[in-house]
Amino acid sequence: MPIFRLSPPFLAGANRVTLQMLQVLVALVPAVIAMTYYFGPGVLINVTLAVVVALIAEAVMLKLRHRPLKPFLSDGSAAVTAILLALAIPPLSPWWMTVIGVTFAIIFAKHLYGGLGYNPFNPAMVGYVLLLISFPLEMTTWLPVQSIAEQPMGWLSALQLIFTGQFNGLGIDAYSGATPLDAMKTQIVLDRHPEFISSQELFGMVGGLGWEWINIWFALGGIWLIYRKVISWHVPVAMILALLIISSITTLIDPTVSGSPLFHLLSGGTMLGAFFIATDPVSGSTTLKGRIVFGAGVGILTYVIRIWGGYPDGVAFAVILMNMLVPLIDYYTQPRVYGGATR
Amino acid sequence: MSAPLSNFPGGLKLRGHKKRSTQQPIRKTPLSKQLVLPLQQHIGAAAVPIVEVGDNVLKGQRIARAEGHVSVCLHAPTSGVVSAIGEHAIPHPSGLSAPCITIETDGEDRWIEREQIADFRQHSAHELRQIIRDAGIVGLGGAGFPSFIKLNPGVHHTVETLLINGAECEPYITCDDMLMRERADGILDGVEIMLFALRASRCILAIEDNKPEAIAAIRYALTGRPHLSQTEIVIVPTRYPTGGEKQLIQVVTGKQVPTNKLPIDIGIVCHNPGTAYAVGRAILHGEPLISRVVTVTGTDVPHAGNFETLFGTPIKDLLDFCETKRQPDEPFIQGGPMMGYSLAGDDLPITKTANCILVGVDDVAPPAQPLPCIRCGDCADVCPASLLPQQLYWYSRAKDFEQTRNYNLFDCIECGCCDYVCPSKIPLVSYFRFSKTEIMNQQREQQKADLARERHESRLARLEREKQEKEERQRQRKAALAASKAAKAKEESTTNAESADSVNEEKA
Repeated sequence: MPIFRLSPPFLAGANRVTLQMLQVLVALVPAVIAMTYYFGPGVLINVTLAVVVALIAEAVMLKLRHRPLKPFLSDGSAAVTAILLALAIPPLSPWWMTVIGVTFAIIFAKHLYGGLGYNPFNPAMVGYVLLLISFPLEMTTWLPVQSIAEQPMGWLSALQLIFTGQFNGLGIDAYSGATPLDAMKTQIVLDRHPEFISSQELFGMVGGLGWEWINIWFALGGIWLIYRKVISWHVPVAMILALLIISSITTLIDPTVSGSPLFHLLSGGTMLGAFFIATDPVSGSTTLKGRIVFGAGVGILTYVIRIWGGYPDGVAFAVILMNMLVPLIDYYTQPRVYGGATR
Repeated sequence: MSAPLSNFPGGLKLRGHKKRSTQQPIRKTPLSKQLVLPLQQHIGAAAVPIVEVGDNVLKGQRIARAEGHVSVCLHAPTSGVVSAIGEHAIPHPSGLSAPCITIETDGEDRWIEREQIADFRQHSAHELRQIIRDAGIVGLGGAGFPSFIKLNPGVHHTVETLLINGAECEPYITCDDMLMRERADGILDGVEIMLFALRASRCILAIEDNKPEAIAAIRYALTGRPHLSQTEIVIVPTRYPTGGEKQLIQVVTGKQVPTNKLPIDIGIVCHNPGTAYAVGRAILHGEPLISRVVTVTGTDVPHAGNFETLFGTPIKDLLDFCETKRQPDEPFIQGGPMMGYSLAGDDLPITKTANCILVGVDDVAPPAQPLPCIRCGDCADVCPASLLPQQLYWYSRAKDFEQTRNYNLFDCIECGCCDYVCPSKIPLVSYFRFSKTEIMNQQREQQKADLARERHESRLARLEREKQEKEERQRQRKAALAASKAAKAKEESTTNAESADSVNEEKA
């Protein structure tokens, strides 16, 4: 092949942004299947709706910003943001919530900061937090897993509930239930012992019925991404270890504070956060040591918010709080340059 | 005796594409009608012609002398007539031309009388360095720094290790590989002389493990020289850029060359095998540096190989000889695909630093249409200098040169690893080169401005001084005037007084 460039290097590796984004999407597939299996087709409806809205919002913003459509629409980043957000919200969220969350994520969290590569905060988590703060009730009404639900979700019921809020004359309330994390939190307030709480059917083996498998599938997808070198091991390992250590310490000091360390690892958004959210390169730390600090911070804050905060899960807030610290972390974790020069 | 190998951070496993040009032994490029010899084929001051147009020259005859300390001589690669001394296009990324001596060859290839030294140990290291300088020898790895300087330990340094860099880590290039395979003995001749000149205690020949034939050839040649017991082959893993001087030193010795220091400051001097071979030829055979082995390869070169080529041979002749499928005006690369530079025209001569002519590559970098940086950090993972390329890119883009220096821009060796792995295909190295040039320009401007300011200030000081001197003189003159006036007045008053006295006396 004749060379194109006028200056070296004249070779290039096969790595591309689009390729990375596509691999992230592939890695999400097993967990999405698992979520659909446990929570019904609402998951898929949310994902589809979110992707469509994200691409439209992305296209509109690119047009307004006079940017070329093709390279940026096809880079896959909007789809990744949309799907991550869709997987974080309840499976029967009303359609307008998905629309608001995704458009806010794409327009405000991404494009108003300069688009791909320039957003200081993880767009999906910004969208999620907006929804959580604005619609706390809707955002905390999850579904029980299909096997213990009174009426399993079908395509028709899911579609109707998402787009009209009703099915057979019943509202979403009639179908919804608390997540294990939520249930743990509310029952501890009632002075019940975590061991007793965990023995309920909702809590499955360790991380909650269904939830534990969903988390495992997220983790397996993430490990594949590490194997494919799309993400590095530093952030997930640091986050999981930090969460494990801090929950072990608190459990050792006072076992009635919350569920077991394993419960926290395999419940809620832990693995989604560890492998897919906190590893977002744009809003994360770029140095190797920095990634470890960043991941550990997310892990610790997640636990702190789960136990002492007002919301059942804390991954989204933890990620956004750590995003704020990234410039500082990056500054203080620069590697030692060849020949001994340090800053 | 060999210590376990160390490692440098980052780096890349690149496909070598080396077999393409190692299927045939080194061949001689046919003599061209005309040879064009740039006066500057090395780092330092250009050589000064000592022949005139119309002069007959013999092969190996000196045609330009070294000018200043950092400079070397230039020789006629074959016999013929000097037909021109003037500007000619040179193989430089800028596409500029430079002063050159043109020789019309006569086809006889007649040598000048050669002075051979049978036992170099009878000579002083200084004399040997002088011969090496007069023979026009420069580093043949690509940089072209005058070799005699790098063979002079000086009074302040003790050289422990002579490191022969046979890593040849860039893809496609095989000229050192082939030279080691075919002329291992000649390389060791040079090594002995280099060891003697440097008073070094040992020599390490570092060769990447993708060159088993070269390793075997050197090993065999070493068996014939039992006195070279302190010379060993170190087989280093094939990884780009192991052949970078600093990286190779780290791999072989585990030491890092401190920032702003040279390898000699930690007792190591690094030379290319081709340079060692040239040193051997110059001392033992009296042959100045008039040719080198050039790899001609690439996807558009059907008959790739290595060619012993006289300096000044037009690249066009060499490419024609290899029957390249190059389109007219298709740019090609001189050097490797990672750190070489592209040349457009082929009416350019082969020079001392031309290790490879590369026409067409696999895995070609696409034309620049970069996406934004997504801060993935892959660039930092592969940087052999442990820099943060994306921070450097960020500040280079913002033209915040102060910050690029804070992030150690000048430790960047421009190996291109970051560029290669970037998923957004950002031409990072181009940004870094831009910043470096800008900073150096700024420094030059700053120096100029400093000089101007100094001049201005000293002028102001001079004016002030002159003004003060003038005032001083005026003051003195005034004072003198006043004094003389006062003296006069006093005189007058005394005379008046005297006259009064006399009047009084008279009265009395």
